[in-house]
Amino acid sequence: MNKDLLTSLRPAFVMTLLFALLLGIVYPLALTGIGQALFPYQANGSLVREGERIIGSAVAGQAFTSDRYFNTRPSAAGGGYDGLASSGSNLGPTSRALADRVKGDVEKWQAVAPGRPVPPDLVTSSASGLDPHISPEAAFYQADRVARARRLDPATVRALVEDGIERPLLGFLGEPRVNLLDLNRRLDALRAKPVT
Amino acid sequence: MTMEGWLLILAFTGLLIALAKPVGLWLFALYEGRSTPLHRLLGPVERGFYRLSGIDPEEEQGWRRYAVHMLIFNAVLMLFTYALLRLQGVLPLNPSGHEGTSAHLAFNTAISFTTNTNWQSYAGESTLSNLSQMLGLAIHNFLSAATGIALAFALFRGFARRSAATIGNFWADCTRVTLYLLLPLCVVVALFYIASGVPQTLAGSVDVTTLEGVKQTLALGPVAGQEAIKMLGTNGGGFFNANSAHPFENPTALTNFVQMLSILLIGAGLTFTFGKAVGNSRQGWAILAAMMILFLAGATITYWQEAAGNPVLHDLGVAGGNMEGKEVRFGIAASALFSVVTTAASCGGVNAMHDSFTAIGGLVPLFNMQLGEVVIGGVGAGIYGFLLFAILAVFVAGLMVGRTPEYVGKKIESREVKLAVLAIAVLPLVILGFTALASVLPAGLAGPLNKGPHGFSEILYAFTSAVANNGSAFAGLSANTPFYNGLLGVAMWIGRFFIIVPMLAIAGSLAAKKYTPETAGSFPTTGPLWTGLLVGIILILGGLTFLPGLALGPVADHLAMIHGQLF
Repeated sequence: MNKDLLTSLRPAFVMTLLFALLLGIVYPLALTGIGQALFPYQANGSLVREGERIIGSAVAGQAFTSDRYFNTRPSAAGGGYDGLASSGSNLGPTSRALADRVKGDVEKWQAVAPGRPVPPDLVTSSASGLDPHISPEAAFYQADRVARARRLDPATVRALVEDGIERPLLGFLGEPRVNLLDLNRRLDALRAKPVT
Repeated sequence: MTMEGWLLILAFTGLLIALAKPVGLWLFALYEGRSTPLHRLLGPVERGFYRLSGIDPEEEQGWRRYAVHMLIFNAVLMLFTYALLRLQGVLPLNPSGHEGTSAHLAFNTAISFTTNTNWQSYAGESTLSNLSQMLGLAIHNFLSAATGIALAFALFRGFARRSAATIGNFWADCTRVTLYLLLPLCVVVALFYIASGVPQTLAGSVDVTTLEGVKQTLALGPVAGQEAIKMLGTNGGGFFNANSAHPFENPTALTNFVQMLSILLIGAGLTFTFGKAVGNSRQGWAILAAMMILFLAGATITYWQEAAGNPVLHDLGVAGGNMEGKEVRFGIAASALFSVVTTAASCGGVNAMHDSFTAIGGLVPLFNMQLGEVVIGGVGAGIYGFLLFAILAVFVAGLMVGRTPEYVGKKIESREVKLAVLAIAVLPLVILGFTALASVLPAGLAGPLNKGPHGFSEILYAFTSAVANNGSAFAGLSANTPFYNGLLGVAMWIGRFFIIVPMLAIAGSLAAKKYTPETAGSFPTTGPLWTGLLVGIILILGGLTFLPGLALGPVADHLAMIHGQLF
């Protein structure tokens, strides 16, 4: 036993240092180098720019709460879409806090589109709090309101959503979805037209 | 439930089984110490490591020496990370200026990553420097995985060798698995992740001004490299708090599919390696079949429950499945499947918040861990855990027919059965003991976010996850306290090494036995009868122990949920 212990000490310490160097320094730095060279856009967070200004990431979500934009889902990341505090609500199925929150949001949305059932993703918080997407149903649900706020033809706004739907890969990988930064940017690019 | 959802589950399962053989064959070459095409490139590194550490890779070790060397290596690694976390404030590569962590958090985290658990009491983006992530944590992601696979190799040798005093060389096993399997695979997968949108940069964060004119700071970092080994090594510790739900860790449905496959790839391959090692591939397929039965049953139940949704929300006018704590790009099917994959293995990475699953949807991940994570399981840990159950299964079969049990040519006698029971008994003893403790002490009761039975489920889930070395959480629990960090740290340590040491003792004792050829009277350990017996033993042993606990937590929660009772 003692002999086993003694013989283990040198390899244990030296191997720790060698592996630390290889796996903790060389591996991530080499990857960073290759990644930055081959995929600089993705490796730096897929940042979207307008001129000099960085307006967001094509991958991670940002908050949209005004009537003029398609709104995001509720978020438990910090005060909402906090990029330094990703989190879900962690409220369980029998949580009163969850039921109260959803009830409030359902009332808010039903005032927007009376009589239509609210799509589930619109009143539930995502796992990350940074979900960049909503479902096409949740986008169509908001289309008329956005059109009203922007004095646009609702059909134009609906067509915009239709164009923005991303379909599942191979038909089964992923869900149909709409990227909100992309959709709302295209919304901004539309020129206001009078309601017909 | 949708056609697309089922297609996803079936495509995933099919691809996993198809990949088991090629991965298993590659592992078999490493098991035998044979040369692979990668040896030309990395051979000099391997030999250099041996020379500098004074290791003779040909020197065979008995089980005691193998165990001591493994333990001391893991202890040194743990101390290394503990020191790094405490000192990160004064070390380089800390662009966001994070302070050194508290002593209890460093204790918990160092054990957590050493034991392949990756339980995280902290939020990565607001706690750890890039150096801590890369050097302190990612190194464990590789080496705890390599340790697990090395230990599985040692047990395989116990079955395969005849009248032998040794079970291999720990350093050679660990180094070869790291260099010729984990590292190259990670480079390929990490580059795919980067191309798909996972950041890999030394920058800490970036400020953006959103379309609505609000400032948003997005945490960045060397994420992709860590993500690759996090999954392939069934570690599961996320770079960010939200883990694989975070768009920067898992940006697309395709990266999600690759992550799920990564989790189970090596574990499935090892079943084939086992078959090869004992000279009969059908032994390996029988094990994989038993695993897949349990896997598909779990996936079906969780998918069904999550798709059915929460009646409490239905009453509020929200139609459809349960989307609380799920990402739109994954939807319900891929979130349910991921939760079963990650708890079948000892991964613990999550792409949805298990805490917000429906009661029964969340019971399945919990139960998967309580079965000992032997459904594919963690890399190495899954198969050696499963073989412990196999030993008990042949023992039970032996009792029924009144013969000394045999398994793959070795007589299973009282010493092996006792050691197997010892290893398996650790799991319920520590999970239930510590859960009971936390459920009565004020420091424990301060933890849960949710009230009612779901709060109890959070505690039960935490200790189950720790002892099973999974690392996923019902994350509402506030675990970054001296009480939880300390107790969970101890639970993780026991859950890893109190199983490993008896397991290595079994390996040593089996290796010393002579070969017992199969006769007409031997119980066949291939085919459906054996597979059925295995499934039965796992469910009875794993299941019955935890039924009372599950009744108090998820089952009570379910009954409350369907009756609209809120807490």
